[in-house]
Amino acid sequence: MDPIYLDHNATTPVDPEVIEAMLPYFSKGFGNASSVHHFGREAKVALENGRERIASFINCQPSELYFTSGGTESDNLSVLGTAYNLQGKKKHLIVGAAEHHAVLEPAEFLHHKHGFDLDLLEVDSEGFSSPFKLARLIRDDTALVSVMHGNNETGTVQDIAALCQKAHEKGTLFHTDAVQSIGKVPVDVQELGVDLLSLTGHKIYGPKGTGALFIRQGLKIEPLFYGGSHEKKRRPGTENVAGVVGLAKALELAWKRHDEDSARIGDLADYFIDQVLKVVPQSRFNGSRTNRIPQTVNMSFPGAEGESIILSLDMKGVAASSGSACTSGATEPSHVLKAMKIPVEAGQSAVRFSLGRATTREQIDYVLQELPPIIERLRAMSPTYNG
Amino acid sequence: MPRKVLVAMSGGVDSSVTALLLKEQGYDIVGAHMKLWDYADVGGEDVYRDGRCCSLDAVNDCRAVCADLEAPFYVLNLSRSFKEDVIENFIDEYKAGRTPNPCVRCNSHIKWSEFLRKAAEVGCDYVATGHYAGIGETDRGRFFTRKGVDVTRDQSYVLWGLSQEALSRTLMPLGRMTKAEVREVARRHGLRTAERRESREICFVADDDYHRFLREYEAKQGRSFKSGEIVHENGAVLGKHEGIAFYTIGQRRGLGIAYPTPLYVKRLDPVENRVIVGDEYSMFSREMTVERMVWQAFDPDATVPASDAAHSSVGQASPRPAALNDSDFTPPLIDGGFRADVKIRYQHQAAPARVELLTEDSVRVIFDERQRALTPGQSAVFYHGDILLGGGVIG
Repeated sequence: MDPIYLDHNATTPVDPEVIEAMLPYFSKGFGNASSVHHFGREAKVALENGRERIASFINCQPSELYFTSGGTESDNLSVLGTAYNLQGKKKHLIVGAAEHHAVLEPAEFLHHKHGFDLDLLEVDSEGFSSPFKLARLIRDDTALVSVMHGNNETGTVQDIAALCQKAHEKGTLFHTDAVQSIGKVPVDVQELGVDLLSLTGHKIYGPKGTGALFIRQGLKIEPLFYGGSHEKKRRPGTENVAGVVGLAKALELAWKRHDEDSARIGDLADYFIDQVLKVVPQSRFNGSRTNRIPQTVNMSFPGAEGESIILSLDMKGVAASSGSACTSGATEPSHVLKAMKIPVEAGQSAVRFSLGRATTREQIDYVLQELPPIIERLRAMSPTYNG
Repeated sequence: MPRKVLVAMSGGVDSSVTALLLKEQGYDIVGAHMKLWDYADVGGEDVYRDGRCCSLDAVNDCRAVCADLEAPFYVLNLSRSFKEDVIENFIDEYKAGRTPNPCVRCNSHIKWSEFLRKAAEVGCDYVATGHYAGIGETDRGRFFTRKGVDVTRDQSYVLWGLSQEALSRTLMPLGRMTKAEVREVARRHGLRTAERRESREICFVADDDYHRFLREYEAKQGRSFKSGEIVHENGAVLGKHEGIAFYTIGQRRGLGIAYPTPLYVKRLDPVENRVIVGDEYSMFSREMTVERMVWQAFDPDATVPASDAAHSSVGQASPRPAALNDSDFTPPLIDGGFRADVKIRYQHQAAPARVELLTEDSVRVIFDERQRALTPGQSAVFYHGDILLGGGVIG
C-alpha cells in the first residue's frame, strides 16, 4: 500500500487547481506589485483581487487584511506589534496555555525582555477556556488577550466570541490564531468580534509561506519589518503575488468543498476514534468530540511512548505525529496536553492523526489493522507498563 | 530477511562510515540521532558552535547522510533521561568530591539502555555505533569489548559498563580500522561528513570549561557551592576554596596558594568540605578499591583460586573450568583473583596489577608499580591483551 498521510494538521499537498491559478504569476505575470508600469499593474490587480476574495471569506474589509509569510509571522506581528504599540501605557498580556508556540514564545519574549507581565489562561480537560476565568485575569493595563480558535494538536474549537466579548467589556484587545480553523470550520471576524486574526494557506491545500493577518480598522500596531510602504507599512517587503493568488484559491476551494469535506472527513474521523477505542485496550481520546475541527484525532495509548508509536507507524508507511517537533526533528512532550492536565502517562503516549481530503476508508482500515499490534508490542517492552 | 540495525549517528565521520559499512554488509539500516541536551540548558554556545553532536548542523548532516544511504532517519529525544541520569549525576559526583566520567554513565544509562530499548521498539535486532572498539565472544559464550586496533583512538575504556545482553545486540564495525582509513572510506564515498573535525571532550560542556558549566548550571537550578578550606596533608590550613567540585585529584594549577614547593590536590573530603593537598610524591599509590563492577570477558563465577585450579571441577559440565583451558580469553589466574592491565583514566597507559575479588561487584587492585592520582569516580578498566575483562568505578 502507498504511504498513508495522516498529518494534515502539519501541512497539506497543494491542490492542482491552486497550482494552476498560481503558475501565471511566476512567469508572465511576474511583475512587482509596487511598480507603476504595466507589469506592476497586472501583479497589483491580482494581489488586490486576492485580498478582496479572502476578505469576503472571513467577512472583513479588504483594507483590514495584511499579507504575511504565514501563521507564525501573523501571530508574532499580532502579539509583538500590539505590545510595542501599547508599551508604556499597558504592560500585561494574557495568552492561552494551549497556544501555538508562535503566540507563546513572543509573549514570553515580551515578558523576559520588555517587562510585560504574562498570565496564561488555563484550559479544561477538553481544551476549553472559561470566559469568567478570563475576565478575572484581565487588568486595566492588559494590552492583549490571545486565544487560539482551533487547536493544532487536539482540534478543540473554542468559543472565541464569548472570550472576546469578555476582553472587550474590559477594554482589552483580542487576537485569535485561526491557522488550523480557517477553511475547515466557519470563521467570521464580525461574529467572533476579534481585533486580530491569523491565517495561513498551507494547512488548506495552499502554498507554504503564505499567510494573512486581519487587523480591525483603526487598530494601531508596530511593524516588525521596516523598508517600504507595502501593506501600508505594516509589513514591508515585495508582495508574494503568486502566493496570495494561491492562498485565495485555496480558501475559495475550501469553502466550496466545506460541507462535503467536513461531513466525509468528520464521519471517517468518528469511525476511526470509535474503532481505536474498541480495538486498543486502555486507549483514550484527547480533546472534545463535539466542538472540534473534524479532521483532528488526538489519542493516547498509555504504556507505549508517543515517539516510538510514530516511528513504528512510519515504518509501516503511516505518517502521524506526536507533540510538536523541535527544530532538530525530535519530538517534545506536548504542552497542550499538559495544559489540559491529562494524566502524564497519557500525555507521553499521545499521537495526533489528522485526516484530509485524500484520506480514504481503506487507509483508515489499514491503520486500524496495524496500530493494535504496535501498541501491544511497545507495551510489552515497556519497563513501566503492567497492563 | 536482512537484519535490521539502528545506527546511532552523531553527525561525525565515524558514525556516518558505520552506517555506510553496515549497509554494504547487507544490513537493513535505520539512522537515529539522540538528542541529549540543548544549548539553552547547558550554555557555552557562544564559545563553541562548530557542528558538535546535538547541534543542529550535526542533525542535518546525519539526515543528509542517511538520505544518501537511502535509510530512514529519526531524531530521538532522550534529553529528559540524559538530564536526570547523566548531567545531574555529573554534578552530584563533583559535589561529592569525585571526578565523574559522564561518557561511561551515558553509555550504560542512555545508549545501551534507552536507545537499545528504542531499537527493539522499532523492530531493530541490533544497535550500532562508531566507537573505535570491537565486540567479541569467548568460547564460553561471554561477550566482551575488544580494544580498537587504532591505539590512538581506542574507545573501549568508556564501554566497560555494557551488559552481556547489550553487547550481544551491538555492532561496532570500526574496531578494526584506523581513523585515517575511516576518513578515506568517507572520502571515497563522498560522505559530507568526511572532513568533520572531531570532538573528544564532554559533549554537553560545549566549551570544555567544566567550571563554567558547573557554575552556570547550578545557578540556573538555584543551587550553589560551599566554600571551605584548603589544607596541607600535614594539617596546616593554606587557603580557601569555593567548592570541592572545582578540584580534581592531581591538580596543580589554580589552587591559589603560595607555598615553597609545588602542591597538588591529593584528596577531596566531602564530609569536612576540604581540599587536601600534598607534594607530588604523595600523589602516588599502589592500591585501590573498584566498585560497581561489570564483568565482560571475565566470568568471576567460573574462576577458582589458582592453587585449586589443577584438580577442581567447579565449572559445571566440564571437568576443569573451561576458562582455565582458554588462555586467549582468560587472564593469568592467581590466588583469589587474576592479573590484568588496569587503566584508570582515558589517557592512562594501562598498568599491570593484581586484581583480588572482594564481593560480587567489587575488587581490590594492587598495581605492580605506584600510579599517579588514583581518582575516585573515574573508571578502572581491566584488560587481558586487547580483551576487556571488566570494569568499575574507583572508590
